[in-house]
Amino acid sequence: MLRLTNLSKVYATGDRALTDVSFTVEPGQVVGLIGPSGAGKSTLIRCINRLVEPTSGQVHLGDMEITGMRRHGLRRARRRIGMIFQEYALVERLTVMENVLSGQLGYVGFWRSFFRKFPPEAVANAYRLLDRVGLSAHVDKRADALSGGQRQRVGIARALAQNPDLLLIDEPTASLDPKTSRQIMRLIVEICDERGLPAIINIHDVALAQQFVRRIIGLQSGHVVFDGSPDGLDAEVLTKIYGEEDWSATIRKTDDDVDEDLADEGEPAGVVQETEAARRERMAGLT
Amino acid sequence: MLWLGWLALIAFFVFCWQVMTQNTIWAFVSDAPSQAGDIGSRMFPPRWSYIPQLLEPLWDTMNIATLGTLLALFMAIPVAFLAARNTTPSVRFIRPIALLIIVSSRSINSLIWALLLVAIIGPGVLAGIVAIAFRSIGFIAKLLYEAIEEIDASQVEAVAATGATKAQIMDYAVVPQILPAFAGITVFRWDINIRESTVLGLVGAGGLGLRLQESLNVLAWPQVTVIFMLILITVLFSEWISAKVRHAII
Repeated sequence: MLRLTNLSKVYATGDRALTDVSFTVEPGQVVGLIGPSGAGKSTLIRCINRLVEPTSGQVHLGDMEITGMRRHGLRRARRRIGMIFQEYALVERLTVMENVLSGQLGYVGFWRSFFRKFPPEAVANAYRLLDRVGLSAHVDKRADALSGGQRQRVGIARALAQNPDLLLIDEPTASLDPKTSRQIMRLIVEICDERGLPAIINIHDVALAQQFVRRIIGLQSGHVVFDGSPDGLDAEVLTKIYGEEDWSATIRKTDDDVDEDLADEGEPAGVVQETEAARRERMAGLT
Repeated sequence: MLWLGWLALIAFFVFCWQVMTQNTIWAFVSDAPSQAGDIGSRMFPPRWSYIPQLLEPLWDTMNIATLGTLLALFMAIPVAFLAARNTTPSVRFIRPIALLIIVSSRSINSLIWALLLVAIIGPGVLAGIVAIAFRSIGFIAKLLYEAIEEIDASQVEAVAATGATKAQIMDYAVVPQILPAFAGITVFRWDINIRESTVLGLVGAGGLGLRLQESLNVLAWPQVTVIFMLILITVLFSEWISAKVRHAII
């Protein structure tokens, strides 16, 4: 369980990025974090593993208080928190396998990692993960030889190689085309369900967020202005988060929602099958 | 106004020309073509039998360049990491010192380093090696620290997020990103050093230059030709190697 209490961040320049953010993420819950550019979404997830140092407030993961930790403790906490990035942030000149194994760095000493002598279980696990994300054929390729969607799959495998208790996901689809975006989102949500992993996903695309997650938090200038189910996102709420705009094409229609029907027929929870018509409709809402 | 500007420019040009040619003895300039022709005719045919005597100095020259480059690497890598804004331990104190080392190394030509070092550690190959190394530190460290400053921060962030230590972040996120630049810089500098070490002998620091000076002193022009050709071949060879290596790595 992840608990944020009154988390605030003021940058050295004086910009207030976050103000008194508090919420709790239950085990296995996938949360979509939406908000305009500059609302503090990236800052928020980076404050959780302290890639950005919060100014005040606490972050608890399980019984660890991450905000109070010194360097060694922080590294031990970070290895339990997987992170997935917008531009994949793979080490381009290393192989796919090396990138995935770099998720194990928090668990092995320097010399073992220097000579790439990872424990056999870790290597076996890395093969399993690459198989899970559908990249078994690309194990020894260099990361820069892959396409965008494939790279993001490597990013996912790297995060999972950490055996995480939490996933922090920063705009996982912002650099991908709409079809690949949906595949990646589906994969992330499926994996979180399989492992009962809680996750926070920063996401630009409201329609995509509504389609894949069951709880949405709306951030506006560093304040939480919405926290609830995707169905609660109406024109009024979207205006509060993003400002005045015509939201009619973005809002989920409840009367002819094909997805809901399919979801009731025993689809994996949270993962909804799209019909061609529904997909086309959502594409209209993409900005 | 415009014409006045042109006039001033022409007047300035004439003035500069006068200063420039003040010390020229025109009698020497006027017979320059015949002098050049004379020396040219003395240079041919080259004295090929001189080659066996050149092999050892040639070997020395290669060693000066290669060992000098290696020695420079040892010193330049730490300096580069201390000078790069994103890896230096202290921007206020240590970075300026590292930059000072780079500037002072770069501002002194290797021939002048050699002159100093021959006076300090005596003539010979060692002085040449150290001279080449001192001149190369600045060059390598400058290009390398610029490469370090240009690395993609998100890769560093991603590796840090896995709970890696500082050393592991260096190994996994920083080194792979600067490796191509590092290899390119090293080979490029080695290539330059081969050329520079051929003349270091002029001031007594060993290598081909030593033979060049001897031959010039006794006006043995056919030998000078052979040395020039050997230098040309050596430089061609080093350029070929550096092109190959750069191609293989990048």
